[in-house]
Amino acid sequence: MAETAAVTGKSTAAKLGRKEEGAMLGVSKTSRYIAHAILILGVLIVAFPIYYTFVASTHSLQTILRPPLPLWPGDQFFANYYQAIFGGVRQTGGVGADLLLFNTTVMALGIAVGKIAISLLSAYAIVFFRFPGRMIFFWLIFITLMLPVEVRILPTYKVMVDLGLINTYAGLIIPLIASATATLLFRTFFLTIPGELVEAARVDGAGPWRFFKDILLPLSKTNLAALFVIMFIYGWTQYLWPLLITTSNDMNTIVIALRRMISFADAETQWHIVMVTAILAMLPPVAVVVFMQRWFVKGLVETEK
Amino acid sequence: MSPRVVFPNKVLPYVLLAPQLIIVAIFFYWPASQALYQSVLREDPFGLRTTFVGLRNFERVLADPNYINAVQNTAVFSVAVAFLAMAIALLLAVMADKIIKGKGFYRTMLIWPYAIAPAIAGMVWLFMFNPAMGTFAYMLRSSGYAWDPLLKGDQAMWLVIAAAAWKQISYNFLFFVAGLQAIPKTLIEAAAIDGAGETKRFWTIVFPLLAPTTFFLLVINTTYAFFDTFGIIHAVTGGGPGRATETLVYKVYHDGFVNLILGDSAAQSVILMVIVIALTAIQFRYVEKKVHYG
Repeated sequence: MAETAAVTGKSTAAKLGRKEEGAMLGVSKTSRYIAHAILILGVLIVAFPIYYTFVASTHSLQTILRPPLPLWPGDQFFANYYQAIFGGVRQTGGVGADLLLFNTTVMALGIAVGKIAISLLSAYAIVFFRFPGRMIFFWLIFITLMLPVEVRILPTYKVMVDLGLINTYAGLIIPLIASATATLLFRTFFLTIPGELVEAARVDGAGPWRFFKDILLPLSKTNLAALFVIMFIYGWTQYLWPLLITTSNDMNTIVIALRRMISFADAETQWHIVMVTAILAMLPPVAVVVFMQRWFVKGLVETEK
Repeated sequence: MSPRVVFPNKVLPYVLLAPQLIIVAIFFYWPASQALYQSVLREDPFGLRTTFVGLRNFERVLADPNYINAVQNTAVFSVAVAFLAMAIALLLAVMADKIIKGKGFYRTMLIWPYAIAPAIAGMVWLFMFNPAMGTFAYMLRSSGYAWDPLLKGDQAMWLVIAAAAWKQISYNFLFFVAGLQAIPKTLIEAAAIDGAGETKRFWTIVFPLLAPTTFFLLVINTTYAFFDTFGIIHAVTGGGPGRATETLVYKVYHDGFVNLILGDSAAQSVILMVIVIALTAIQFRYVEKKVHYG
């Protein structure tokens, strides 16, 4: 039994380029079929809402308002997407999805790059230099883990108003780029770099900048990619912060705009456009997760330690 | 840690740390200290005079039936979300561990929701279960069930729980898969040779050995249910109907931004701060252990 499974398993394993050990002892063929069935059911539960959103985004409002909605995509794909991207809807104050996507992209990229940059520098300072107050600074950064926006919501808002950061990209990005997790991750990684490497670099006359640029950055490449994926998603899916910081429609992120398009229990909601906007809002982060899966999984498992 | 080779610069490290420290000081420590400070003050209704009231804001908040209601909602919501998201993910991870073909395919299909904003997850579920035109609402109604989450509190709660748990399955799945891979196969095969069936092997070997992962995920899922699901509640129910889905975080937002009650909102913030500190402390204590054992 184990052999047949190993033989059938081998070709796929080779194709996928992964090392498979073959079937585990004591797992019968029947229970593997059951396992497949349960997994397919799981995939259905997980993927169906997303698929159904897509289906809804290709039907006309009239079709959507007359439940049940068909299981297959309709013929309004181009009309709906055109209207959502270039038309703008009353509820979002005439702002098209193109601007919303642009805002969200700026925010997500700004947060991802910003978090990585300042955390990289902080961890570099803490690991490769000795100076008074080093550990105090480390703890000051670490403790911010315990101060999410929710626990300091009003005073933070007041700071934003005082600094004139409401409705600005800077306001959306800068307060979110402090990162205890990223600093911790880089610190842990830097501590694994052997001292000999630093010594050799110094003997060869490399200063801190040279060492950072030519040795440390190339070594951190995988960590950078992994962290980028996680932080990009973090930035893209922000809700409370843009809700507080943006009051004008043309500064909205796509998630917030989507919320403003829905009115409860009310036939006014342009559900077909809402569904298109939802798909557009999901697409970039889902694509990042699926196509950068390897770094995503690595980043996820490591940042949360 | 052995003494490291370091660079001798004296000023440079401060320059490197400056950007992060400035942000942390302005946007984290200053507002947090303000929240602490305001939690012991009371403003008169016109905002003209503030007086020191000690812990009276806390007493008021904790005696407020609406706050107790929010505490109960948060408890129900968090337990249900954590349990559902973890149970489904564990089942799927155990199944994925058994099969030989298609592991990569299933993983790719199961990780999508991680990338979806909680608020959007909520809206998608609201779309499917909206009493006006949601397909599933329609199906529930035609089968004779009086489904209306916009009017019935417990149904609204189930809707936000479903959306929140759905979104978290991906995350838990990936961690359970990693946890299962770390269990030595020889241990399980030895039990199989001794005649232990699959169910028995799961409960006597796999599940106990997964305990660290499960505990870790419990903390993470609780934090998620407390804080990250604000978007779901805000977008789907707005705390309603009639406060039935008002959680602690939603109430802080609502009292602070909509009702503008500074003292109470600050006191609630401070209570939340204590909860986060406890959760973080538990998480890091546990991580020390994990490092120790493995």
